[in-house]
Amino acid sequence: MKYILSVLVENKPGVLSRVTGLISRRGFNIDSLTVAPTEDVTMSRMTIIVNADEIAYEQLTKQLHKLVSVYKISDLTEEDAIERELVLFKVLAQPDKRHEIIEIANIFRANIVDVGKNSLTVEATGTQSKLDALEDLFRGYGIRQLTRTGKIAMSRGARDS
Amino acid sequence: MTDTTQATGQASPLAGSPRTPDMPDDIRQHICSSAVSAATGSGTTRAERLALKELAISGKPFGPGSKTEHEGETMTGAQAIIASLEAEGVDVIFGYPGGQAIKIYDALYDSKSIHHVLARHEQGAVHEADGYARATGKVGVVLVTSGPGATNTVTGIATAYMDSVPLVVITGQVTRGVIGTDAFQEADIVGITMPVVKHSFLLQSNDDLTRTFREAFYIASTGRPGPVLIDVPSDLAGAEMVFHYPDQVDIPSYRPTYKGNAKQVRQAVELIRTSERPVLMVGGGVVSSHACDEIVELSEKMQIPVVTTLLGKAAMPCSNPLNLGPVGMHGSKYANMALTECDLIIAVGARFSDRVTGKLSEFAPHAKVIHIDIDPAEIGKVRDPQVPIVGDARNVVAAINARLDKVEAQPASLAWVQQCFEWRERWPFYTTDFADYPDRIAPEVVLERLSNRLDPHNSVVTTEVGQHQMWAHQHIHREESRTFISSGGLGTMGFGFPAAIGAKIGRPDAQVVCIAGDGSIQMNIQEMATAIGNGVAVKVLLIDNNALGMVHQWQRLFYHERYSCTEFTANPDFVKLAEAYGWGAERITHPDQIDEALDRMLAYDGPYLLDVIIPTAQTVYPMVAPGAALDDIIGAIDVTLGGVRVTEKGMSPAGSMGGTVAEPLPLNAKTDGASRVAGATKVSSADAEMGAEAKPADVSDAKGGE
Repeated sequence: MKYILSVLVENKPGVLSRVTGLISRRGFNIDSLTVAPTEDVTMSRMTIIVNADEIAYEQLTKQLHKLVSVYKISDLTEEDAIERELVLFKVLAQPDKRHEIIEIANIFRANIVDVGKNSLTVEATGTQSKLDALEDLFRGYGIRQLTRTGKIAMSRGARDS
Repeated sequence: MTDTTQATGQASPLAGSPRTPDMPDDIRQHICSSAVSAATGSGTTRAERLALKELAISGKPFGPGSKTEHEGETMTGAQAIIASLEAEGVDVIFGYPGGQAIKIYDALYDSKSIHHVLARHEQGAVHEADGYARATGKVGVVLVTSGPGATNTVTGIATAYMDSVPLVVITGQVTRGVIGTDAFQEADIVGITMPVVKHSFLLQSNDDLTRTFREAFYIASTGRPGPVLIDVPSDLAGAEMVFHYPDQVDIPSYRPTYKGNAKQVRQAVELIRTSERPVLMVGGGVVSSHACDEIVELSEKMQIPVVTTLLGKAAMPCSNPLNLGPVGMHGSKYANMALTECDLIIAVGARFSDRVTGKLSEFAPHAKVIHIDIDPAEIGKVRDPQVPIVGDARNVVAAINARLDKVEAQPASLAWVQQCFEWRERWPFYTTDFADYPDRIAPEVVLERLSNRLDPHNSVVTTEVGQHQMWAHQHIHREESRTFISSGGLGTMGFGFPAAIGAKIGRPDAQVVCIAGDGSIQMNIQEMATAIGNGVAVKVLLIDNNALGMVHQWQRLFYHERYSCTEFTANPDFVKLAEAYGWGAERITHPDQIDEALDRMLAYDGPYLLDVIIPTAQTVYPMVAPGAALDDIIGAIDVTLGGVRVTEKGMSPAGSMGGTVAEPLPLNAKTDGASRVAGATKVSSADAEMGAEAKPADVSDAKGGE
């Protein structure tokens, strides 16, 4: 199954490679990975999505804990966590189709961030299912380019994980 | 068996120290003075090692820390590295110089307290530091240059990582400005070693230098110990800085658990109290955490038999009747039976290696498991325990003992211990009858007689990897922890000899013997020069079968005697070779020569090699075939059948041999290296059938070597 891990690490060169090296060494494919500094600039947070069975996943988190560069690991898989992802679409848009596309974007609360002769660039954030639905709709017009950031996640309420 | 207890000058603490004619006086003096310090302090007695451990956990430096003469001085990074080592109380380092390490070596030239042991290969240097660390309980320190110097350390680092040995490895690196440009002798050693270090640092600024060293020693020596690498770009080694050594360390992301959870300790005690057939399985973690006394207390209090893994050997005195000794692939039948039939395994500092468990689905089928380990990742990795306890083995076992006293627990039925003892009577490792080979040397006999000559309290035995390692594991008698040193997890051929040099430097008062094979010894034979050059009087007992015996044995048993690339055709004359290095040496080929040759070796004032010629086709028994269950044992001696080796269960084709195969003696003689050893070799029919009929089991993980 898919697990969502939020991993707090030292913000230092080489740490990303320690973490990803450990995961890939054990034969897991990383579905998605985001890294950026946190409110404390000496630390970074990684959101990692991996596909693994339960036993392998437990061993993986234990091994991650052993890395001296890792402060904390939170499992956000089962929780009612807030998950977001950002996507940029470059959609084929002949002038006569622009309106339809803008309308769709509005319904999904997405923004038009660039307009070309024959294309619109749309920025959308949200959960995976929402973004998937949007992508499906845009495919009808033709997507020239698509970039997703990968998921970030945070637990709800005051809890700090 | 002639048993002349070894007394050749070992009475004086310095008698075992080297006296080679070409040894410079200052080195001799250094080794002698460290002999004194080793005898009087710095980590040889249990109390001193415990004090070291407490010091390590508290985060304080092992040496004077900020109270060195260098504190506050302006100096180069290279000088600060040497000053940091002095602040950590390091008195010996192992290494090999080179271009990017030259500044550090220049600074070392001025050090009054650090003795440098010049290896002949960087791999040798790391194994020497490893042997030093295992024998003393201190952190082993290595200094090498960039590029090939650094990459040559990889096998040594991986060996230490697999066996949880504390090392600090300092590698030179090209200057920061050219890192990543394929500069001369550049290698990304931090990247290369990432999977085999506990932690590593690429030094980025001299502001971090002293803190990095304190953290490296702290991380290497605490929690589950392991190797730590510090990569030092040479421009930093040349840059000036002010030296301040920290007396404390604080790493928020690194907080090992030492104390066991009280609730789980209570649960463990309940399981122990209600168990009828408990077994203690003791591994290397017991040695690292100095839990040997606590293990003996628990075992004796509750009458629990003990089995030991390779790294757990000597964690409990071999003379203690409750110690059933080696378990696993080449463990005794009685120890393997105990583990198979028990209803409770108390695993302490052991990790259920595949060499111990055999076929996992049939391993200890009736047993509940209490697993005590400082590394949470080991718990549940192989076998799910009923009671997991993360913590320092010594703390946890002491807590269990205290709780057992409090609830006034009574030992379980003595019938179980009696049963184990009966198994031991019935299936001994070895009987003196086996000494009966008329004209050829049985390796078991040599090792028994060596063992009888060594003071089990004041000698260290190291081994290489292969058949001789297993014979040593079976037959060398040990009473103290840290006196048996062997590469367990990685199974590194070429480890044992340099490790013996390191052990002898760490414990110059002890007789140090490396038991080697003719394959392994050639993997780091250049270290003979290190021994002579540093006046290190190690002894090498070479069990010489002119082959890669362990793989040869697998080929004999599981690969239809197709001896692919395991018989040597061009071994050197080891005696002449040793003599060329300035060693004493001799060769024996006949059983009558064993006793006197061993006496000469042990009495020799300097390094010595004894080349013992044995037949090529000698097999290590008993053996659990790879992929077979732990009680499915080939070749255990059965005294009820007149002391012959028998094979039961899986290895015999169903029906045709009626379940039990009795094998006449002598064994293993079929494909004797007859050209090398004159003498009768009798073909054993059972052996032949065993070889022919055996199904190549799951042998994909063959890594036995010699």
